[in-house]
Amino acid sequence: MEPTTNSTDPERTITDQQAHAITRVEELAYELRVQEVMTREIKALSPDLPMSAALEVFRVNRISGAPILENGKLVGVISLEDLIRCMAANDLDAKVEKYMSRKLVTVRCTDPVVEALKLFVDTRHGRLPVLDEQTGQLVGILTKGDITLGLLNALQRDYQAEELRRYRASHLFEDIISDRTSLILRYSIRQGDFTAGGAASSFIKRALLRLGATPQIARRCGIAAYEAEMNLIIHTTNGGMLRVEIEPHQITMDAYDDGPGIKDIELAMRPGYSTASEQVRELGFGAGMGLVNIQRCVDNMQLESTWGKGTRLRMKIFLPKEKDSPTKAAGTNKEATSP
Amino acid sequence: MTLADIIQQLELTPLTRPQDYGALAPTAGYASDLLSCVMAAAPRGGIWVTLQAHTNIVAVAALLDLCAVIVTEGAEPDPSTIEKANEEGVILLSTPRSTFEVVGRLWEMGLRAP
Repeated sequence: MEPTTNSTDPERTITDQQAHAITRVEELAYELRVQEVMTREIKALSPDLPMSAALEVFRVNRISGAPILENGKLVGVISLEDLIRCMAANDLDAKVEKYMSRKLVTVRCTDPVVEALKLFVDTRHGRLPVLDEQTGQLVGILTKGDITLGLLNALQRDYQAEELRRYRASHLFEDIISDRTSLILRYSIRQGDFTAGGAASSFIKRALLRLGATPQIARRCGIAAYEAEMNLIIHTTNGGMLRVEIEPHQITMDAYDDGPGIKDIELAMRPGYSTASEQVRELGFGAGMGLVNIQRCVDNMQLESTWGKGTRLRMKIFLPKEKDSPTKAAGTNKEATSP
Repeated sequence: MTLADIIQQLELTPLTRPQDYGALAPTAGYASDLLSCVMAAAPRGGIWVTLQAHTNIVAVAALLDLCAVIVTEGAEPDPSTIEKANEEGVILLSTPRSTFEVVGRLWEMGLRAP
């Protein structure tokens, strides 16, 4: 490893972009300890055993290496390579200690798996004896296969934990008993904040999916919430609130503000009509389709406004009752995707 | 037809973090610079061709579960928009060609309206 080349310098700080690219497996290599993935059943041999006996142990147990213990202490390691050397010399009656490797490369049971991986790469060993940190006793054997299996198991556990969280969220309404249960999400929307435009509706859509809503329901709510959110950003004096109430039988979304209000609601509802400024139109808003889109996505829409006072837009999406989860139902025939 | 084929044939430049484009097959195409029209008509899993490059295209694409957004005429989204797209898993592709030409080529490749 050349210390001058930037890409191989282990000390360099990683950029945000690189940090994003770090996979879960790489994270796990740091989180997992050797003792969590190692093999605990050790086929250890004694140094005064004949090599022919070692050969038999390898064959019967289908292993390609073993630690050598003398009075409970690790004194060497013997591998298939050592056996081949011995067989080439036609020396199978020799003792194990003659052929074993005494240069010990070991890991501690509390080392992170990544340390073992480095050792595998650096030493080209196929297996590493694992020692107890305090006693120095041999407690296990680690192969690359053990690490692969351990990582796969950990990923599986991750996946199950995520499934469980999803399951819990989607059963929220069944687990909590009351005469009327609802979950309320509130988002305050700032006037003119185009950069944050769509953030609240994205959160709403994500929350609904997490609660077990179908993609269709989540999409319809997302589109309606987005248009309402953008209306608050574009058309209000002081911004407004977006309030979403999720119940087993319906989702109610309210967008309200304190002004300026809509002069002519009928006109505002007409497709293509918009009071948006030229500047806002250049950004692609103000097509005069917002309220029309909302009406298409929700089952019930009420728009109340007083000029000079403010506007309240109430949107409802009904969820059929028969399904097991409140938001899981397929919804009505309204389909946001139809052109 | 996969997104990988489209990127290759139209010589598009991915602006967001690389993904397995070969595994993504766009369902249909839609072109407009008016966000509410896109909201109303762009199909799920579709490709959206637009001249708009500001940050709200990411929210629209994410809410609609679009396959990818092709930003035309070399319009450049700013770094925060690209970062947001990465967070939301939205694919942004750039091209110096016009919307008209991009749509024409997509149609030639067999992509249709929803």
